[in-house]
Amino acid sequence: MFYYSVKRVLMLIPVLLGMTLIVFAIIHAIPGNPALTILGTKASPEAVRQLNQSLGLDNPWYVQYFSYLKDILTGDLGTSIQTHSPIASEIWPHLAATIELSFVAMIIAIVVGINAGIISAWKQNSVFDYTAMILALIGVSMPVFWLGLLEQWGFSIELGWLPSIGRDDIRNGVDPITNLYLIDTLLRGRLDQFWMVIRHMILPSIALATIPTAIIARMTRSSMLEVLKSDYIRTAKAKGQRMVWIVYKYALKNAFIPILTVIGLQTGLLLGGAILTETIFGWPGVGLYIYNAIQYRDYPVIQSGILIIAFIFVMVNFIVDLLYGLIDPRIKYK
Amino acid sequence: MPQTAQVHVETHAVKERSPFVNAIREFWKSYRKNKPALFGTSIILVFILLAIFANFIAPQGINDQNIGNKLQAPSAAHWFGTDDFGRDIFSRILFGARLSLRVGFLSVIGSIVVGTLLGILAGYFGKVLDVIISRLFDILLAFPSILLSIAIVAILGPSLNNALVAIAIVNVPVFGRLVRSRVLTVKEEEYVVAARSIGMGDMRIIFHHILPNSIAPIIVQGTLNIATAILDAAGLGFLGMGAEAPLPEWGKMLSDSREYIQNAPWTVLFPGLAIVLVVVGFNLIGDGLRDALDPRMKN
Repeated sequence: MFYYSVKRVLMLIPVLLGMTLIVFAIIHAIPGNPALTILGTKASPEAVRQLNQSLGLDNPWYVQYFSYLKDILTGDLGTSIQTHSPIASEIWPHLAATIELSFVAMIIAIVVGINAGIISAWKQNSVFDYTAMILALIGVSMPVFWLGLLEQWGFSIELGWLPSIGRDDIRNGVDPITNLYLIDTLLRGRLDQFWMVIRHMILPSIALATIPTAIIARMTRSSMLEVLKSDYIRTAKAKGQRMVWIVYKYALKNAFIPILTVIGLQTGLLLGGAILTETIFGWPGVGLYIYNAIQYRDYPVIQSGILIIAFIFVMVNFIVDLLYGLIDPRIKYK
Repeated sequence: MPQTAQVHVETHAVKERSPFVNAIREFWKSYRKNKPALFGTSIILVFILLAIFANFIAPQGINDQNIGNKLQAPSAAHWFGTDDFGRDIFSRILFGARLSLRVGFLSVIGSIVVGTLLGILAGYFGKVLDVIISRLFDILLAFPSILLSIAIVAILGPSLNNALVAIAIVNVPVFGRLVRSRVLTVKEEEYVVAARSIGMGDMRIIFHHILPNSIAPIIVQGTLNIATAILDAAGLGFLGMGAEAPLPEWGKMLSDSREYIQNAPWTVLFPGLAIVLVVVGFNLIGDGLRDALDPRMKN
């Protein structure tokens, strides 16, 4: 396991370096002079030249890249053009909001998706199977933002059951400690606020969870169908083991590798989908942060936002890779 | 004790047909039994026809404004109602089909061409080229696709065509990896080794053996990717990074009318339904093609 882990870490380095290179290249390929963007179009050429020099923009690209890399490694993500404050300190509350939302959405997707997939495979060709698979098909085919709008219309505007915007009520704001509101409200012992945060979370997390739920359900079903046909399952049945036990204990374990892969890959989709979901629900996460930055052409923020989300995605898949080794000992010897 | 069995084989005269025609027949025989796939095919055919004949079917032009008539509920005159400029939503959706189908097909064709080229370079010629190209794919796939598209559109400037290019670039590694892995498998097959030993050149081997063996998975993946390309294009349009006003792109229509959802929900309902239908269609076709063309990928 140790060598397997070390190998994975070493494989991670070129990907992370490449990511920073691509984000760096993208920002440099964007037309327009950053100094002009910062100073405004009426700036004197002298001021532009000075700012270029102080930002290091007159250096060759590789010098700029290495200083960019150095900045990132020391936790300096640059300064927002819009707010003039350092992005590294500005981004954490947003990041916490996205992590909280994505985490809840992923839990929903895993619990609903795996169970729907298991039951579909177990009761293959039943009414449940057909209904679940049709729903899953519609789920993967639905634009997240459309579902979000419909939810708002139905459950907030028409029925008035749930709030449609934000993480908390403006007049009853959560006093942040970690910026993970579910934890903060509990730490402060405010159960009323805890419930409020959950109510705010229901609609966006369901919208965000739809596609991953559908994909996990489809994958679980096909993976389970294969395993349920194997000899050891037949043996277990012949022994008179209870079916629930067979399915959840014996079959799921062997069907889990492809499911785990899909879960890892879905994290990327989830984080990408966050930008659309957060825009609709006014959820103050990294997605909304990037969306607002797009509107203001605040490129340092777009750059850092994309880099951070890609970084999380890579790390999640790295953890999934490590989990493979734990779940299926055969993999780490390959 | 050795046993012998006598086998009677009846032979029939087989009409000579080209292998291509045979393959198509073989494919159709299995595809037509797949009801969901046929359903998907008919959805897409209907949308293609609607897109082609939009000029004749649409009751109004896409930009015929009539402010006095704005936000009208669906009626005989306006099947899907009207939007905030009094434009007929049904007509706009018909013309929007042209945009979405174009983005779907063209972006995927672009990704297939570039991805196949890179995949062959990496898989067939290998070595340093393989390391570089494969790492590049890894890195591109490390970004959530919509974010990478946003970044690319930020460079190129927001427009539908640039969204198309961005989506195409983002999907290149998907096809690149697919082709590379097919090439690696086929390259070691005996008939390829034989072809090489009788002096067949690289180009002939690639075009006669490698490519034909990669086509089935490419078609399957391509169809499924048209679905995601259409979704991504709508997402970019929704974020203001795709089609610009007054183009009737479905995602853009949704973002333009979201503020009217309370009083005029049809402005949001119908463009979204159009997206879902087309994407369901391509997903069903993709699944059907997979079952018919590529039994190994079958679940």
